[in-house]
Amino acid sequence: MHPIIKLVSQRLALGLLLLFGASALIFGLTEALPGDAAQAVLGQSATPEALANLREEMGLNRPALTRYFEWLGGIVQGDLGQSLTNKLDIAESIGKRLGNTLFLACVAAIVSVPLAIFLGLLAVRYRNRWPDKLISAITLTTVSIPEFLIGYVVIYYVSVKLGWFSSLAMINDSMSFGQKLNAIALPAFVLTLVVLAQMMRMTRAAILNLMQSAYIETAELKGLSTFQVIARHAFPNAISPIVNVVMLNLAYLVVGVVVVEVVFVYPGMGQYLVDAVTKRDVPVVLACGVVFAAVYIGLNMVADIVSILANPRLRHPK
Amino acid sequence: MNEQITHMTKEVTAGKLTRREFMGKAAALGVSAVVASTMFADAARAAGPKKGGDLKLGLQGGESTNSLDPATYASSVPYMNGRHFGDTLVEVAPDGTIESRLAESVEGSADAKVWTFKLRQGVEFHNGKTMTSEDVLKTMERHSNEDSQSGALGIMRGIESMKADGENFQVTLTEANADLPYLMSDYHLVIQPDGGMENPAAGISTGPYQVEVDEPGVRHVFTKFANYWNDDAHFDTVENVVINDATARTAALQSGQVQLANRIEPKVADLLGRAPNITVQSTPGRGHYVFIMHCDTAPFDNNELRTALKYAINRADLVDKVLRGYGSIGNDMPINSAYPLFDETIEQREFSVEKAAEHYKKSGHDGSPIILRVADGAFPGAVDAASLFQQTAAQAGIPLEIKREPNDGYWSEVWNVQPFCASYWGGRPVQDQMYATAYLSSADWNDTRFKVQSFDDLLFSARAELDAEKRKGIYSQMGRMVRDEGGLICPMFNNFVDASSNALDGWETDPNGELMNGQVSRKLWFV
Repeated sequence: MHPIIKLVSQRLALGLLLLFGASALIFGLTEALPGDAAQAVLGQSATPEALANLREEMGLNRPALTRYFEWLGGIVQGDLGQSLTNKLDIAESIGKRLGNTLFLACVAAIVSVPLAIFLGLLAVRYRNRWPDKLISAITLTTVSIPEFLIGYVVIYYVSVKLGWFSSLAMINDSMSFGQKLNAIALPAFVLTLVVLAQMMRMTRAAILNLMQSAYIETAELKGLSTFQVIARHAFPNAISPIVNVVMLNLAYLVVGVVVVEVVFVYPGMGQYLVDAVTKRDVPVVLACGVVFAAVYIGLNMVADIVSILANPRLRHPK
Repeated sequence: MNEQITHMTKEVTAGKLTRREFMGKAAALGVSAVVASTMFADAARAAGPKKGGDLKLGLQGGESTNSLDPATYASSVPYMNGRHFGDTLVEVAPDGTIESRLAESVEGSADAKVWTFKLRQGVEFHNGKTMTSEDVLKTMERHSNEDSQSGALGIMRGIESMKADGENFQVTLTEANADLPYLMSDYHLVIQPDGGMENPAAGISTGPYQVEVDEPGVRHVFTKFANYWNDDAHFDTVENVVINDATARTAALQSGQVQLANRIEPKVADLLGRAPNITVQSTPGRGHYVFIMHCDTAPFDNNELRTALKYAINRADLVDKVLRGYGSIGNDMPINSAYPLFDETIEQREFSVEKAAEHYKKSGHDGSPIILRVADGAFPGAVDAASLFQQTAAQAGIPLEIKREPNDGYWSEVWNVQPFCASYWGGRPVQDQMYATAYLSSADWNDTRFKVQSFDDLLFSARAELDAEKRKGIYSQMGRMVRDEGGLICPMFNNFVDASSNALDGWETDPNGELMNGQVSRKLWFV
């Protein structure tokens, strides 16, 4: 078997095992939270009878292990089950929300990844001169400000004062692609500012590291321009660390944007998960947790595979 | 000139003159723009509601776990959903009287035990069926039978039997209750076809708008129901947009993406009110922010200590700092002037370091710190309020120790469990219901463990009393009992602070609930 195929299949198996572990952990933690779905749904108006009735109907009377394995039995057959609180099909609700989250993440990634790498290359080209310092100063500033604050500032100036874009990034099926893009312009912009710095700094650091190498000197001596040296000779060898940090930021764009979702009222996964945790809606929490874990594990796997493919020594082991 | 102006305003009222034409002609007559603008608005209002338009509400209080099933309503967005598509038998009018909705009239027997609701005929459900007394009966059964998980289950307890009889729906009570019609106005009791027994979350009722889009935690869209029985409700569509973040909500209102918003934070309300085209609507209500002590748990089983703590809180200061003036001071009873039959003569308890110290001394408390549990989720500003309370109590030598609890799980782990904590009550339409919910010995939500037999007796005697003056006397006596012996420290009643775009007209003050008791989609219209 080709070593790469072997590696991928090993990684996949390990990923599944990790997913299983993550689901058990999430289930255990949600169970450990005080209160249950019945109490959370009825809230301050709970009477003992109503509580008992609701617990019975939600099946919360049965032991925790039984419920976990029932859920597990469902998920291996592709059935995510029903929400405890509003009885809606979880797969359907998650499908919509996940689609929205991925859409926002993709748009933010399409803007931010090339931009970050380009700015990183630019910073190396003009290292320690004003463009380098300016790029670092701006990106480090935007990453240091809490994202909700950037969100509010952007809303205040761009939406309330100038009226260019809507402050509500609500998208739905009846909108055209252009309308959707217009609706998510502000949150995508804020997310870009948030993830730009890390990727840009990593690109800069990784390439600078290589600029000391002998083959770079050779390239310079044979008369290539600085930018050609960076793009042709340094960058391909710096791909591995860059891909790792890019994947980390992509994963963040999918699983870590709940604050931006709240500020821009975006119907993504983050808000859905937070609501489910507050209401102790265990099946939904589990489903969201597994999806998030899968995204993380999957992207990390991609990063590893790309690193291997980019490195001849790993690609052709002796 | 006067005659001409009068003629012009009449034309506006008749819809013959636009704003631009009116302003132009008024200017020609030498009327200043400001005056002319006011005159136009008055004349336009006299023309009555205008039909049409798409109303959007930016609301706090919606989660992706919400359902359209009226039995599950516990936060603002589901509540407003129910107001748009649903109807109840009766409604409480802004002045506190009973207004008929699906019931044309209500009649009680002389002993206030048997209540007959004469139902409106020919009312159509959104699914085309005609509403019958059977539907009403089934609805009430679903909210009161032993499998019920309804938020209205508590108030349906005193019912002995119910029956559907042609055009009438009849309720027989185990005990007399002169306030039964008020209980039937509860927002959970939305009349559904077949009582919603089959599919309670279908969102079908007889209300002015029918459900078009239902995305819990995101938005709910409603369109005007063509065969709606009444002539109120003037919009073509109504949309509830879930905006839980306070800043995002005000931004959406300012940039015109929604025309109404609820729960405006008192600290930004003044600023928001200065924005053009926005009016902050502050409505005194019955909701109150409280600190509650369990009367049966040491050290709070000592009335001297309870009284000491009641004197040790500076109410005016809390209203000023926590509510920023958007509220009124409380008097350690759950009732204020927003309730019918309120006795204005009950003396206001004032902040007094001396009296607090005196009662604290008399209580013989050993000086160990008294633990007060709070979370921001108890009410907005609860932690700040507790700190202010701690400082004023310290002046009287009472050591309060604040223990912060997480918001998450506060209502199940702390409230109604711990002996001294911060809490919030939304108020009820009538005094009887408020007392029966939280101060009757046997009440589930007796969160102060106030168990006094003579108080219970007074409550029941007031229920059977149909003479308003006598009832008022009994309620006054009960209020004093809670104030002087109860475990409730009620520093303030909060106002409902909503905001509306000036493009809307028809706003009226309604103390029964936020956003005009949820009646905005029926009573407002676009100018």
